[in-house]
Amino acid sequence: MDATIKKQLEIQACKIRMGIIEGVYNAKSGHPGGSLSIADTLTYLYFAKMNVDPKNPDMEDRDRLVLSKGHTAPALYSTLANKGFFDLEELKSLRHIGALLQGHPCIHIPGVDMSSGSLGQGISAACGMALSGKISNAPYKVYTILGDGEIEEGQVWEAAMFASHKELDNLVAIVDNNGLQIDGAIEDVCSPYPIKDKFEAFGWHVIETDAHDFDKLEAAFDEAEKIAGQPVAIIQKSVKGKGVSFMENQVSWHGSAPNAEQYNQAMEELNKTLKALEGQI
Amino acid sequence: MSEVVKKATRESYGEALAELGEKYENLYVFDADLAAATKTGIFKKKYPERFFDCGIAEANMMGVAAGMAATGKIPFASTFAMFAAGRAYEIVRNTIGYPHLNVKIGATHAGISVGEDGATHQCNEDIALMRTIPGMTIINPADDVEAKAAVEAAILHDGPVYLRFGRLAVPVFNDKETYKFELGKGIKLIDGDDIAIIATGLMVSEALTAAEELKKDGINARVINIHTIKPIDKDIILKAAEDTKLLLTVEEHSVIGGLGSAVCDVVSENIPTKVIKIGVNDEFGHSGPAVDLLKEFGLSSENIVKTVKEALGK
Repeated sequence: MDATIKKQLEIQACKIRMGIIEGVYNAKSGHPGGSLSIADTLTYLYFAKMNVDPKNPDMEDRDRLVLSKGHTAPALYSTLANKGFFDLEELKSLRHIGALLQGHPCIHIPGVDMSSGSLGQGISAACGMALSGKISNAPYKVYTILGDGEIEEGQVWEAAMFASHKELDNLVAIVDNNGLQIDGAIEDVCSPYPIKDKFEAFGWHVIETDAHDFDKLEAAFDEAEKIAGQPVAIIQKSVKGKGVSFMENQVSWHGSAPNAEQYNQAMEELNKTLKALEGQI
Repeated sequence: MSEVVKKATRESYGEALAELGEKYENLYVFDADLAAATKTGIFKKKYPERFFDCGIAEANMMGVAAGMAATGKIPFASTFAMFAAGRAYEIVRNTIGYPHLNVKIGATHAGISVGEDGATHQCNEDIALMRTIPGMTIINPADDVEAKAAVEAAILHDGPVYLRFGRLAVPVFNDKETYKFELGKGIKLIDGDDIAIIATGLMVSEALTAAEELKKDGINARVINIHTIKPIDKDIILKAAEDTKLLLTVEEHSVIGGLGSAVCDVVSENIPTKVIKIGVNDEFGHSGPAVDLLKEFGLSSENIVKTVKEALGK
């Protein structure tokens, strides 16, 4: 990847992280940990990969993204706001009464392709979109992001079986492997490992990558595009809470909001990161 | 007297899909390994490229249908009522209902008349479950003519629809030439002011038979067919309450949460009226021939006649 583009993406990802913190802080609830772990992936997809138009969110042949791990809506909302689907100010009323931004993704929000949040269901909807695209010879791709804890849901494997049987090679499922779920480490709660072997056994092409390195993300998504005849799973090793020091790898930040002091510290850190990145351009 | 033609509404469902497939090119059909039983196999034979078997995975099938609907196509997702409304309830609620997607759920083998398969497959609670989902339309057709019309009405309606079909062959009493289906509108089949029998699905023909019997004893029962359970036709129910002062609901469904409950909701808020409910009481079914089970559970014209006479003290 071109060094300048990479730097621009890192800057964008940092701004998206700031939007996540802004949203969750103002909501006084929400899921910052898993939102921060997918911030780079969403940045890459919406700013370097997907064919979407903020001025025409319902464009027929747009690429689609279903956030199957819907509780990380703050990441999707911040990405969409930064992309221009709606005003950044909306992030401040996330989860408020009468607000545009609901606690979990809602299809009526500009840029949100599917309501989601009840785990295991988004991947099925993504399969339906991909199947529809195949039937109509549409050029679009469908991306869906799953949590590593989410794949404990049986429906995920119903969908996995379906996608490979129907040869949905226009579908890419990203498994965000941050290793933590509400009750603890995924291997302690009810281990979904080995994730790679499972998807391969279900007939998927599997790519492993680093969720926080844009060169590696680009390589993964480029490889995914070349696969024909089967769906692709990208298992990305990520850090829950990535980018905010005190949230990193802490399960307690799965579903709690920062207080004023923690908010200030997080924003200060992210601002520092942003300034440093901007200085490098 | 000409012989009564009988046909299962699941058969009507499959035939209607196949007939309408030509007119509506945007129509796609999903099934979960039950195409031979739900009769979507009839559509599959005619339009194999527009039929998708999801295997025994109803939760995923509902989600896939939702995703397809989100791209502008009209999917029908078919399986037994037990799995469509029961197993997949939460997917229907969250991934079809909440985003208000244009998915049509074709649920067959509803009610006790599933017969020999027994309690695990006799779904007497699907209407109750589906009624709780905001924006869900529920249609429970009474015979072949109505079932076919209902399928087209569901296609023309923008939004999720739950269609309930039966396994058992039931009398075809509607006239194909004159029948008109209006979504959300009940049909007054027989007029009368002594009592109003409000029936749905395969209980409508039983209600008609009962009304004829009652007439012999000088009892004029009004018979109303409620094919659309949600949104329900308040006007026809309130008019009946006003005119007859006594309502009897008949359904092949639990007395909890189905037509009877819906009718009670309407009258209690407007014209409090006594409502007697015939349906499956708060119990599970069991194995046996469908016709015998219907009699045993009181879902018969004989029980309707008996109940009406008792209620009227005659």
